[in-house]
Amino acid sequence: MSANGSKILAFGHYQPSRVVTNDDLAQMVDTNDEWIQSRVGIKERRIADTETVADMAGFAAEKALAASGLTAADIDLVIVATCSSIDRSPNVACRVADKLGVAGAAAFDLNTACSGFSYALANADHAIRAGAAKHALVIGAEKLSQITDWSDRSTCVIFADGAGAAVVSATAEGEEPGVGPVVWGSEPSDAIAIEGWQPYIVQEGQKVFRWATGTAPQVALAACEKAGVAPGDLGGFVPHQANLRIIEPLARKIGVDPAVLSRDIIESGNTSAASIPLALSKMIERGEVKSGSPVLLVGFGGGLTYAGQVVRCP
Amino acid sequence: MATREEVVTGLAEILEEVAGVNPDDVSEEKSFTEDLDVDSLSMVEVVVAAEEKFGAKIPDDEVQNLKTVGDAVSFIVANS
Ligand SMILES: CC(C)(COP(=O)(O)OP(=O)(O)OC[C@H]1O[C@@H](n2cnc3c(N)ncnc32)[C@H](O)[C@@H]1OP(=O)(O)O)[C@@H](O)C(=O)NCCC(=O)NCCS
Repeated sequence: MSANGSKILAFGHYQPSRVVTNDDLAQMVDTNDEWIQSRVGIKERRIADTETVADMAGFAAEKALAASGLTAADIDLVIVATCSSIDRSPNVACRVADKLGVAGAAAFDLNTACSGFSYALANADHAIRAGAAKHALVIGAEKLSQITDWSDRSTCVIFADGAGAAVVSATAEGEEPGVGPVVWGSEPSDAIAIEGWQPYIVQEGQKVFRWATGTAPQVALAACEKAGVAPGDLGGFVPHQANLRIIEPLARKIGVDPAVLSRDIIESGNTSAASIPLALSKMIERGEVKSGSPVLLVGFGGGLTYAGQVVRCP
Repeated sequence: MATREEVVTGLAEILEEVAGVNPDDVSEEKSFTEDLDVDSLSMVEVVVAAEEKFGAKIPDDEVQNLKTVGDAVSFIVANS
């Protein structure tokens, strides 16, 4: 049966236990804590040891599922947003389904790099509205450390590992949708490239910075407008954690209260498709966002791609 | 079309918002990096904001040639 909308029931996240500080990186490449903090905003990040993308996705999904009150048997759709999984088949979504004991669900991976979670959430929302699914696991998971050139100081100081997950369900009849209309698109460019066999992330930093600085505010404002929410009324703002120098001006530009902006990049680095659900899950865990309040998600990155929507905090 | 003075004033507003530069410190002979302490990322923000404010297209390759406020004013006046 089709539904008039979907809502997020719960979030969960996972970060590897190994902390890598800026001083640790300064031992490996010609960089320093002052530069990284002032240009990117990162103090430390988490890097996986033996965990795979599917392991991290599974841990995050398990927590989200437990918090949602549903069980694995309820889930009929699994979408994993990732650009760093090495294993192609079974895809990460099937591996997660297997770990959690989800049987018979539609399961696929989606790659739009750093905007992946917002794309995946929109796909789940659309599937639920169309009646093709009722309860979805939507996951962003990355092990960027395995596609990072650890001798390239322009990228290795930025990227990190982690996962975040959401349980998304059909709204009841007459209930207000909790996932707002998506604003998405692309602007093809190889400014962020992960190409070829055994690839590394290669990035034209200034070009990406300029694109994000110009585009993200437009996506953010359009998503708010479509949802009918004024930026000043947002209870949370979780842009992709790319660079503090991108997200703080973005919040200022669109008129969001700086107090509701997630700055998880400071302690987690840039985890691409995982950054939005990871950051929001942590904000909720710390009690920083009120249940039911509107939260703006804006993803942007490789492709170049972008996507954003306003969601109701579970 | 904007005059040079108008563009300087507009740039001073942008510099204050983006990089916390005191508008009184902004004049044509000042270097963005040396005198006004604007780093490469703030410079990109200034360029994006200036494009919006003055309707000028400032290409990526041009940004490195904009060393002083006067360089930026000349480019904007000629291209908006
Ligand atoms: C990557 C990024 C932080 C680099 O900042 P930048 O100001 O563009 O850096 P540049 O390459 O121009 O280098 C500026 C200076 O810092 C130096 N530098 C570069 N990387 C450095 C590092 N890791 N440590 C210390 N110094 C570094 C450069 O050598 C240069 O020095 P110089 O001015 O003496 O020549 C920035 O471009 C960025 O964040 N871009 C967006 C990337 C992004 O968000 N990607 C994710 C996409 S979703």
